Amino acid sequence: MYLYDQYDQRQVDARVEEFRDQARRRLEGKLTEDQFKPLRLMNGLYLQLHAYMLRVAIPYGTLNSRQMHALADIADRYDRGYGHFTTRQNIQYNWIKLEEAADLLADLAKVEMHAIQTSGNCIRNISSDHFAGAASDELVDPRPYAELLRQWSSFHPEFSYLPRKFKIAVIASDTDRAAMRLHDIGIQIVQQDGELGAAFYVGGGMGRTPMIAPCIKDFVPLDRLVTYAEAVLRVYNRYGRRDNKYKARIKILVHEMGKDEFTQAVDEEFARMLDEGIEPPFAELERIRTFFEDPLFEAGASEEIDRGDPDFALWVDRNTVAHKAPGYVSAVISLKPVGGIPGDATSEQMRLMADLAKDYSFDELRVMHTQNIVLPHVRKADLHALWTALDGAGLGAPNLDTIEDIIACPGLDYCSLANARSIPVAQKISERFAANGKTEALGQLKLKISGCINACGHHHAGHIGILGVDRKGVENYQLLLGGSEAEDVSLAKITGPGFDEAGIVDAVETAADVYLREREDGERFLDTYRRIGMTPFKEALYG
Amino acid sequence: MRILTGNDLKTGAVTWWTGQDWSLHVENAVDVTGSEDEIARREESARRVNVPYAIDAELHEGKPRPAHIKDRVRALGPTVRPDLTLKPADPDIGNWVI
Amino acid sequence: MADLSSGTDTLIRYREDDPVDHAAVTVDSFLDQSSASAVRVEPGDDARELIPHLERLSLVEVNFPAFGDGRGYSSARLLREAGYDGELRAVGDVLVDQVAYMRRCGFDAFDPDAPLNEDDLEAAFNRWPEVYQSAADERTPIWSKRHA
Repeated sequence: MYLYDQYDQRQVDARVEEFRDQARRRLEGKLTEDQFKPLRLMNGLYLQLHAYMLRVAIPYGTLNSRQMHALADIADRYDRGYGHFTTRQNIQYNWIKLEEAADLLADLAKVEMHAIQTSGNCIRNISSDHFAGAASDELVDPRPYAELLRQWSSFHPEFSYLPRKFKIAVIASDTDRAAMRLHDIGIQIVQQDGELGAAFYVGGGMGRTPMIAPCIKDFVPLDRLVTYAEAVLRVYNRYGRRDNKYKARIKILVHEMGKDEFTQAVDEEFARMLDEGIEPPFAELERIRTFFEDPLFEAGASEEIDRGDPDFALWVDRNTVAHKAPGYVSAVISLKPVGGIPGDATSEQMRLMADLAKDYSFDELRVMHTQNIVLPHVRKADLHALWTALDGAGLGAPNLDTIEDIIACPGLDYCSLANARSIPVAQKISERFAANGKTEALGQLKLKISGCINACGHHHAGHIGILGVDRKGVENYQLLLGGSEAEDVSLAKITGPGFDEAGIVDAVETAADVYLREREDGERFLDTYRRIGMTPFKEALYG
Repeated sequence: MRILTGNDLKTGAVTWWTGQDWSLHVENAVDVTGSEDEIARREESARRVNVPYAIDAELHEGKPRPAHIKDRVRALGPTVRPDLTLKPADPDIGNWVI
Repeated sequence: MADLSSGTDTLIRYREDDPVDHAAVTVDSFLDQSSASAVRVEPGDDARELIPHLERLSLVEVNFPAFGDGRGYSSARLLREAGYDGELRAVGDVLVDQVAYMRRCGFDAFDPDAPLNEDDLEAAFNRWPEVYQSAADERTPIWSKRHA
């Protein structure tokens, strides 16, 4: 994985000192809250429902065991012994003190981490495929391109006061594991005539106006990648709406201009920029690539797995994924125990995951946008030892991509924007399906819950989505069906009137039962929904 | 009644105006009807509170209870982590929130 | 109409030449064959409309009515890219936490609504030992140093 050199380290250290100075000026009253707010947000510091919340960047979701240990230490030293892994492959701490925030950032900088641009109207942490470098179906490892863009977007002088936040995802496989087309810019590394290039999808997003990004350029040569991104950002910075916060994302600009006119504006800007020396030399991309070379996989590693223990065999079937190296898999550590809080991990669990990564996965971990953790490179021969350790720490739930593997935003339990709680709904649904035994039969069923229209819980992209709303001061939940964040991307539709908390759990089970009744061979929930449409579900729910 | 809340500037903790000072406990909050803007302005400029604002509340067993669920969650702590709330030992506190 | 006069005591310049001695006019009146050599660009103006007339211009003021509106950064940079080498002055809600990025986008003068402290300015400009991007200033990006 990427390691800082003296330049990267100096930048991060300078940012810590800048923030220390800004926090001091705020505490001394030299900055008003209105002036301080965008500055703290650009360092990931929110004022949330109960306290300050700090969001730490995990670039493209990749970290090593030393970094995971540092995250655990921070949870103990500055917070209350836990953290929350998010749908942007980051981690959030919920109980941070402003007077200690700079010290926390200094501790992060010691392990080449930061909270830079994890909030604010700027280019956010760049996300990627959580199986990058391990997946058997990828063209190349997408992370070098994400890292190139990370550096370009960090402290960008022109694009730090954009109309609204800006999210970029980079993938390099036809299988989309990063919700690429639901980003402001989604980049897929592709091959044309033997040359690598980047397809640009621009103007996707969730939030209150969900949109799927159209492809505005199917091939940008790799030695023009940064320049093309710069051209997109300049068009957005100049013309994105600033009169209405809810219409300020680039998706609205692309939609209002139309894809063709928008693309033309970008192409004109791109043509002007070509001689401006914006693009780093190709040698820089080559330098970054050297950090992402394959680890030394053991030649001839055994393909055998002793499936004698049925609990272990179930976990292997559910939570391990094909790897490009023979004898290896990627193993998913579920942060979704039945009845648990999706994405939360205690400091002890973080330390265990770090140690297991060191022992079994070439020192590497990944954060998934589905709020789980991946050990990307595990020998099949080590799986039983790994599972035994995980299971003993409450980390062995065998539920990847099942109805128990729920994405949930923090919701009204933590978030000042939320209208309803998300976590208790997730807890009750996972308990319901663990108890009724339908999880296995349902197979792949992606359930995603947001506590407000901002859609941090990706409800638009759920096979089943749930949106919490405020109905006259009472929590109410709308049910959505038919969304997908993957390569078969689609936006979920609302079934009808909402439900109370108990009602939404019943409604999810009703929808699941319709699928079990109607499905044909090999169909997932999503496939059946797409075939039979909304009506049979509505009839069962409201009939 | 109207009660005044905000966050402690240094720690971020949720606080409530008691008439003299800021408390972590909503039951110490006092009615500020008519003077909410003046108190908020004065306390914020003295940096004894960050982004204060007034909310509706009603008396519940003689103590102020915020009218909206969001403010009740704010007053107590996350309902899914009772161990981290201000009333970790009260088994009935969920009824007060919801 | 707002007073667009320059030369206030809040003005900070990083140029050797003398400031323009008359007020900046709006982009519309400048394009309307005005004899002015100073123009003020508002966030909604298209600064590219000035490009055919750069040789007439000695001062471009870019107004920031609110510091969070970042359009002026692009206005400044595209004028520099087009070869404008006269004074580029950020005016309005210009705060010490934004001036370093503004310099990178080509601004070489600041006339903020609220005066800036000299020491704070000095600290702000010295904050970043390195830069990741090429921009409108002369700084060498990190990638260039890595492959020197």
